Amino acid sequence: MTVVTKLPYDKDYISQFSKENNEPEWMTALRLKAFDQAETLDMPKPDKTNISKWNFSQFKHTAEGKSISSLSDLPEELQGFFDDKELPENLYIQHNQTAAYVSLNKELADKGVILTDIFTALREHSDLVEKYYMKDAVQVDEHRLTALHAALLNGGVFVYIPKNVQVETPLQTIFWQEDAEAALFNHVLVVADIGSELTYVENYLSNNENEKTVANIVTEVIALDNAKISFGGVDHLAAGTTTYVNRRAAVYRDATVDWALGLMNDGHTISENITHLVGDGSSTQMKAVTVGRGKQNANITSKTVHFGKDSVGHILQHGVMTEEAVSIFNGIGKIEHGATRSDAVQESRVLMLSEKARGDANPILLIDEDDVTAGHAASVGRVDEIQLYYLMSRGLTQRESERLVIHGFLEPVVAELPIESVKKQLTSVIERKVN
Amino acid sequence: MAGSVLEIKNLHVSIEDKEILKGVDLTIKGGEFHAVMGPNGTGKSTLASAIMGHPSYEITEGSITLDGEDVLEMEVDERARAGLFLAMQYPSEISGVTTSEFLRSAMNARREEGDEISLMQFIKEMDAALDFLEIDKNMAQRYLNEGFSGGEKKRNEILQLLLLKPEIAILDEIDSGLDIDALKIVSKGINKMRDDKFGTLIITHYQRLLNYITPDFVHVMMKGRVVKSGGPELAKRLEAEGYEWIKEELGIKDETVGQEA
Repeated sequence: MTVVTKLPYDKDYISQFSKENNEPEWMTALRLKAFDQAETLDMPKPDKTNISKWNFSQFKHTAEGKSISSLSDLPEELQGFFDDKELPENLYIQHNQTAAYVSLNKELADKGVILTDIFTALREHSDLVEKYYMKDAVQVDEHRLTALHAALLNGGVFVYIPKNVQVETPLQTIFWQEDAEAALFNHVLVVADIGSELTYVENYLSNNENEKTVANIVTEVIALDNAKISFGGVDHLAAGTTTYVNRRAAVYRDATVDWALGLMNDGHTISENITHLVGDGSSTQMKAVTVGRGKQNANITSKTVHFGKDSVGHILQHGVMTEEAVSIFNGIGKIEHGATRSDAVQESRVLMLSEKARGDANPILLIDEDDVTAGHAASVGRVDEIQLYYLMSRGLTQRESERLVIHGFLEPVVAELPIESVKKQLTSVIERKVN
Repeated sequence: MAGSVLEIKNLHVSIEDKEILKGVDLTIKGGEFHAVMGPNGTGKSTLASAIMGHPSYEITEGSITLDGEDVLEMEVDERARAGLFLAMQYPSEISGVTTSEFLRSAMNARREEGDEISLMQFIKEMDAALDFLEIDKNMAQRYLNEGFSGGEKKRNEILQLLLLKPEIAILDEIDSGLDIDALKIVSKGINKMRDDKFGTLIITHYQRLLNYITPDFVHVMMKGRVVKSGGPELAKRLEAEGYEWIKEELGIKDETVGQEA
């Protein structure tokens, strides 16, 4: 079924928007072509989740942000993410659609490391962006939402690590949507050139409980031969935002991309986290936790696609559903023909806290090669009444007991997250969500 | 002034429409150690669970009060904060929650907001209790009861008893599955609680625990009732002669209750 919802934006608007941002011609052309494609492409069809009534068309395309100069300009929930009293050295903050703060260690900049907003990147590093933008990882014409993303892109960040450069301190980005109606067509492009190393951590935050808007996020992570990327993310967009977030990596020979994700949105969400293990000896560890609440409906996919020989893809996801939240967890390990000695393993666990909460785990292995190892484990269960009784018999309230059980359930994933700051952020977001 | 008074009157309890307790009367006062004995299947553990508010048990008749307050009207956590404690026969395993994290939350649950125990004070108290019960300090960092041996679980229950300092504690078969050394340590923990404010109800079907803990009162349960009460000498006689003489004396053929025919 094609959803025919007329957008309040047209090609003239897009040309004008592209021009105002001094975008290179190829980008303007790509936007306009994508807009045409969006007209004819179907919406994505997430397994077992009906998105036909979700809001994808009600939003405002632009919103000015303010500039940020210190920690105190940030909302309290973001301030808590930093250990120090000052903003970290390698940081990009986007407020609404404005690049509000950019800082990068001088030594790294001298070595050629790039951390900049997507518009500046398009102007100043046009060739480099063009080489990777919606090419190796996500395609413009996958479905209507990827095409709309390309047409309406209005924010994002570009990260480039040159050959053999090792970045010791994490690069951090914050996408703070304070404007309650502004849409986020955000594009994150992270490229780690041959032999480089990087830890990248991002946060999404908004507070629109009631005002409706849309987030259409595409994140492309490119790890060239022998590169190593640790990617951490905590999504916490409010209940009013319908989110499509597509994070995808292309991992080349002997390269690694490890994911640590806290999927903590409160609105309807499609979250796809897909890693293409392109090169021989490439690997990924994909760890995700999620907490659903309210009347939220979410479809979460973690997928590894093995093309390279000896490629390793491990998925671990734990989800807690509270109140009336409904989530589908898809875990997919796909081994293509020729990817000999590949290893695809996945585990999905879902805990339901209330009668009306629902969760479903779909473990899928698609294997087109003989000499491989693969495995899956999945479980869906309700909270154990006797566990709550035990905790309450020590004087803990039901709420506090549930809070402990939830933390305990997510702990095996949280404890394994390789990035300390993400662990800390996640713990505080989980705390806010379950209290 | 002595401690609290737990008063159980004519208590009838069912599980899945099957009546297990058929009118239990028992009063436990601060300073008193009570032992409830009896063969398996006579309703002892049901009594413990009913007092604490286990979700599977239904009270069909009778009352339980703590210092005059209606316990049956209270949620499980309210009973705990009112001063009741149950050392469980089968403590739950809580994955991902460390024992120390849990203990600290439980200790704070009894305190007013803003009066939470400091981390230093907590560690001091916990370490002292761990040492006293000869528990490896690593246990504090292990997930609550997960992968614990039977003996470790029982010690952990007594650890909680020492730290939470309830008014009235019910100890449900705290001695089952313990070797003699562990039994001595668990008994040492229980005896440490003895003062004129603390009352306890010790449920056991072995007399051997009572070699280490001297009860002030001994009650025998059969067929879902307390059928005989006495002093410590009753426990001695049970050890020497078993339960048959009581059955004969009272004309009981089958002492169990609620079992399938």
